[in-house]
Amino acid sequence: MRKLLRYWLQLAVTLAVCAFLVVPVVLSILAGITENFFVGLKSGFTLRWVIEVWNLYSATIWRSIGIALACLAATLILGVPAAYALARAQSRFTRWIEELLTLPIAVPGLATALALILLYGGWRDFRASWLFILVGHVLFTLPFMVRSVLAVMMAVDLKTLEEAAASLGASFRQRFLSVVLPNVRPGIVAGSLMVVTLSMGEFNLTWMLHTPLTKTLPVGLADSYASMRLELGSAYTLIFLVMIVPLLVSLQWAAARAERRGA
Amino acid sequence: MDPVARDRRRALALAVPALAVFAAFWLLPMARLVQVGASGPDGIAAYFAVVTNANYFRSLASTVALSAGVSVVTLALSLITGIFLQRNRFSGRDVLISLMTLPLAFPGVVVGFLVILLVGRQGLAGDVTTRLFDEKVVLAYGMAGLFIGYLYFSIPRVILTIMASVEKLDPALEEAARSLGASTWQVLRDVILPALTPAIISSGAICFATSMGAFGTAFTLATQINVLPLTIYNEFTNYANFSMAASLSIVLGIITWAALAAARSLAGAGVAAAG
Amino acid sequence: MAVAIHLENCAKTFPDGTHALEPLTLDIAAGEVIVLLGPSGCGKTTTLRIIAGLESPDFGGRVLFDREDVTPQPIEKRGVGMVFQSYALFPNMSVAENIGYGLRVRDVAKDERDRRVAEMLELVDLESFGARRVDQLSGGQRQRVALARALAIRPRALLLDEPLTALDAKLREQLRVEIDRLLRQLGITAVYVTHDQAEAMALGDRIVVMEKGRIAQAGTPQEIYHHPATAFVADFIGTMNCLAGEVVDGHLVVAAGRLPLGGIAAREVMFRPEDVRLVRPGEHHLEAKVISSFFLGDHTRLVVDAGGTSPLIVETTERRVWPRGETVHLAVAQGSILPVPAQGP
Repeated sequence: MRKLLRYWLQLAVTLAVCAFLVVPVVLSILAGITENFFVGLKSGFTLRWVIEVWNLYSATIWRSIGIALACLAATLILGVPAAYALARAQSRFTRWIEELLTLPIAVPGLATALALILLYGGWRDFRASWLFILVGHVLFTLPFMVRSVLAVMMAVDLKTLEEAAASLGASFRQRFLSVVLPNVRPGIVAGSLMVVTLSMGEFNLTWMLHTPLTKTLPVGLADSYASMRLELGSAYTLIFLVMIVPLLVSLQWAAARAERRGA
Repeated sequence: MDPVARDRRRALALAVPALAVFAAFWLLPMARLVQVGASGPDGIAAYFAVVTNANYFRSLASTVALSAGVSVVTLALSLITGIFLQRNRFSGRDVLISLMTLPLAFPGVVVGFLVILLVGRQGLAGDVTTRLFDEKVVLAYGMAGLFIGYLYFSIPRVILTIMASVEKLDPALEEAARSLGASTWQVLRDVILPALTPAIISSGAICFATSMGAFGTAFTLATQINVLPLTIYNEFTNYANFSMAASLSIVLGIITWAALAAARSLAGAGVAAAG
Repeated sequence: MAVAIHLENCAKTFPDGTHALEPLTLDIAAGEVIVLLGPSGCGKTTTLRIIAGLESPDFGGRVLFDREDVTPQPIEKRGVGMVFQSYALFPNMSVAENIGYGLRVRDVAKDERDRRVAEMLELVDLESFGARRVDQLSGGQRQRVALARALAIRPRALLLDEPLTALDAKLREQLRVEIDRLLRQLGITAVYVTHDQAEAMALGDRIVVMEKGRIAQAGTPQEIYHHPATAFVADFIGTMNCLAGEVVDGHLVVAAGRLPLGGIAAREVMFRPEDVRLVRPGEHHLEAKVISSFFLGDHTRLVVDAGGTSPLIVETTERRVWPRGETVHLAVAQGSILPVPAQGP
């Protein structure tokens, strides 16, 4: 009897936690497509808020997507070789390099943003361009790409595979293209999804670094919460969710695949 | 000449671009930040302002108390939920887990907004309590609202870590304990929780660090909240007190870094202070 | 095509200070199958990796292939075929692509490549497996693909790093025979690393027993087994019985009896269990009490107390059961008794 009671209690807590997490999201979605939030569902469904948000913020949304893709390109070019270095170099430096690259995520984004502004803020062109934001995003997402790729490299014992390829006569370039890259693909995919998801949702850094001409989606969200009616803020949030949820689901799937590869 | 050493040097060289970017855009700016922090009227003493100045100290204390409280409650809830979900299969379980981990990607601002929807002036909780008790409960704009918000983005993260650790538990240890006569509660206390301790400590530390450095949620909920990230923001944006903002953010950065370093040494793989 | 290998003064010290290998000089004849045998940590894998080019010897060490100094050459240029302990098959390629990889990086034409791959598949009895993916193969099959891949490039020498360790006993025996057949058929120079002495003695033309980074003894299996040069080798290869006593009149006098020494004058002697016979009282040299007996199917191993510091091991094919405590009478074959060599080099 006690066992059953314990089971139901655990289930109750679990469902309560789940409700706590899910209900606000549902509320937000509903608010974004309801005619009038205060009247409630009775006022009917409409897409006018969503359309209005799109008219107001489409430039911001496209900019966010652009920055996320640029961030992805940068982290691939910088991060995959760095992960390879950490996996193969096997020297005292590798631990330090890994620690260093993780620092930008160990300190609050606010601090990193302040630091960037204080050093580079005087450089007008840089400060006012979207590249300034891109730099912040790259600093923040690079460790995730490196970690994701490095994990797969270690799991498939890249060192031995490369030694085998070298014993068969393959040069460094041949090995990298035909053995290294194909075998770390799950890590690259998982890392890419992670980078794009993080960049789309990044706020702490971006809020400090942005200018009225270089707003991103989360910055726009903060604006709309502060200055606009609830339905608009909800509609904007809905658009954000529609973009981010598929990314998240793909990320979960890709991460599971990356883990299985190593087995 | 030595081919093996040549290979190693080449491999290390591949990390240079990433390190160059890091040095130019993080290391150097951080050095400048440290310098600016010490350039105000108080000089280096500004770094201790967080303890010497009553306002800043209050800000730090409430941030620490909030973060610690959130960590404890998150751990408790996540342990119950995580162990339950990992040990019981039922239809819809996978969907439930996916749903619960969605908030991982929400930026702090969105979480703040969701808190307002839940317990704000026009929130759901206010509606329900008005109907039941004729009094509207509004929690969103104070510490309680912040607490709820931090709980919201911490629980998914910790649950995932706990579930991963529960999965790795060796069932043979529990079976051995039961064969020796231990009750379910004793098995939980003497075998399961000790085995989960590294995961508990590390995810607790990560939760603490994330809450300490969180900005977006507090920014959205604004008004009467006094947490350190907001204080730093105000010093910089409203008072143009760059040196104080710099010194405070360095202190905050050291605290979060230390918490994460402790977490890493206990778990092996580190995570971020995001959100 | 098969190459003679010469290692001169090759030592290896790792960055953390460990001396994996003391300066070592070794000659391997072309076409010879040499086995590096020893416990873990003895330096056998390090030696193999130095021959391969995956490790560089400390300054002063040289590796020569047929008088050509290959020490500065990286492994990509040395033309050796290597079989790794974990097989290291490329998961992103099929069996045929794995085997053909070495030919592909040498820009061999596709037709020629396909032909050679088919030839290799036949050589290792995996004709229809070309299109399979690596994770669909069993352990034994993976091992054979690894072999085929190393041989496809017609290497100057074949280097094998404990290739059979990951397999179960029955499979190990089976593959041992196949590897032996292949090596004889191809006449290739082979360096084989193992810690399994049965494997070493079955496969090797010569065995190099290593201990703590040094060569303890190098010789044919018979030499090593019947005339171990050091106490370590005697102990590592098979089992050795030891007896100590006083030498009186060409006999070793011990508590359990008198052992005729046949010309050897040593207070401590050793002999193999299979050289001890169970005899009738009166014909015996030693008298002992049975401590335990192990029936191993084709023979029985008796552990007996002959009054020495450690019990003696006797192996017999007599079909009977020996109860604990029974007295047995032993005779040791003359010519099989050796003096115990000094401890260590």
